[in-house]
Amino acid sequence: MDTGIQLTYLLSAILFVVGLKRLQSPATARKGNSLAALAMLLAIIATVLETQILDWTWILVGVVLGGMIGGAAARSVEMTAMPELVGIFNAFGGGASALVAIAEFLATPGIGASTTGVTILLGTLIGSVTFSGSFIAFAKLKGLMTGNPITFPFQNAFNALLFLAAISLGAVTLGVFGSGDPQTLFYVFCVLALILGILLVIPIGGADMPVVISLLNSYSGLAASAAGFVIGNTVLIISGALVGASGLILTQLMCKGMNRSLANVAFGGFGGTAGVDRSEIGQRPVQSADAEGVAAELGYVNSVVVVPGYGLAVAQSQHELRKVGDLLEERGVDVKYAIHPVAGRMPGHMNVLLAEADVSYDKLYDLDEINDDFGNTDAVLVVGANDVVNPAARDPQSVITGMPILDVDRARRVIVMKRSLSPGFAGIDNDLFYMDNTLMFFGDAKESMAELVREVRELA
Amino acid sequence: MGEFDLMTGLYVFVLATLAGREVITKVPPTLHTPLMSGANAISGIAIVGAIIVAAKAEGTLQVTLGVIAIAMATINVIGGFMVTDRMLAMFRKR
Repeated sequence: MDTGIQLTYLLSAILFVVGLKRLQSPATARKGNSLAALAMLLAIIATVLETQILDWTWILVGVVLGGMIGGAAARSVEMTAMPELVGIFNAFGGGASALVAIAEFLATPGIGASTTGVTILLGTLIGSVTFSGSFIAFAKLKGLMTGNPITFPFQNAFNALLFLAAISLGAVTLGVFGSGDPQTLFYVFCVLALILGILLVIPIGGADMPVVISLLNSYSGLAASAAGFVIGNTVLIISGALVGASGLILTQLMCKGMNRSLANVAFGGFGGTAGVDRSEIGQRPVQSADAEGVAAELGYVNSVVVVPGYGLAVAQSQHELRKVGDLLEERGVDVKYAIHPVAGRMPGHMNVLLAEADVSYDKLYDLDEINDDFGNTDAVLVVGANDVVNPAARDPQSVITGMPILDVDRARRVIVMKRSLSPGFAGIDNDLFYMDNTLMFFGDAKESMAELVREVRELA
Repeated sequence: MGEFDLMTGLYVFVLATLAGREVITKVPPTLHTPLMSGANAISGIAIVGAIIVAAKAEGTLQVTLGVIAIAMATINVIGGFMVTDRMLAMFRKR
């Protein structure tokens, strides 16, 4: 391989790392993304120069087709639908890597038990699992199939057996033991890998989607790395490893945010709302207020912390919320936004939704930054969040015990905007609703928020 | 691929993972969604592999697989970087 080409790949790898480093601050992040895009362009140019391309036609067809679909999706996607987009992109990334490995298998007849053979099978396996698994995650997020866990008896044992079957089949394909037509065996191997991807994601419920999306993101990176091993290309290995690391870090953060282990998320069949006894929920008396009352509670104090949850995004009322925040600030109230790690459907989702509504990013605080402040906060406004503010997490007997929560109950006044007293994903009652310092502001988030804007505006 | 050595590849993989870990751990939670969509775009690096296999493809099956691989990877690259840019443009300080 030409030294110039090698150095271009190296430069590309450096730019990927520098680009990611710029993501450490919102002020430099956009440049960082452009640097990563430049790194990609350099890698592609180096590849085109290195490779003897006899026929450009089909390559251009692929690029134009992919570019048009990708560009259209990027321009038109609603910010609420980002998890779906990332989900389907994970699928394409894994799929592309798998196809690279598969094409390399077809191009290498009589492959045998070689290193290349093993890397090809590994690349095919990881890529295919990522492809089909991400597709299921996409379908669940998009509502094309149920968000509840799909379970059947001995599921984990069955999956383990399937995995072993795939590995054994791989060994036979490479002629390690037994014999058969490698091509046919390989196709069966591909199908098993695809089924495995589906079976790994169906038992995971809607509430755990942030973990699954992060994990599949990691897989899509590992699949690219594996493809790099298959064709002996360092820039693929490096970029894939970066994505793999990123996805894994986010996976760990999401698990921590729910106080669950990865094994528990992956094999627990938890995270839906089916089969919970709800008979006792919402039977205790609460204090409630209307928009006028809530406006008075918020408008005459020094500090307000807003806790947005996914319900806010579902109601599309983040713009209305920002108006309330602006009006309060005009009155001299200090307004902050406290965002729980698992507040949206993917890591950082709520932050993007608020940024889209033009909330300044220096007003967005994460759990560790703001939790000590609640004791000195005059009023908290909880919008569309539930489990992440449930003080039951401090009770050792509770099903959500140990889950990190925003300590909103320590504020002098808590206002919860919610349609009803119905439970969140954990399926349990929220003690916060019944506390002396809590006011329930019942109603549809969109209408209630619009009313609140009017009432705050009318305050003297 | 001649000069490619599996051990060297493993070294590169492990060191890149560690470097990635150091850099990405410091990305603030507020940017985790753009981080993820940006990572999506980077995993589109499979386009490099796809071009290589498509260039030497023989027969309809290999060509078809190559073209689909290129298309899927390009969706990731173009879509990933564009949507990340779109999101990051929204993060403003007032």
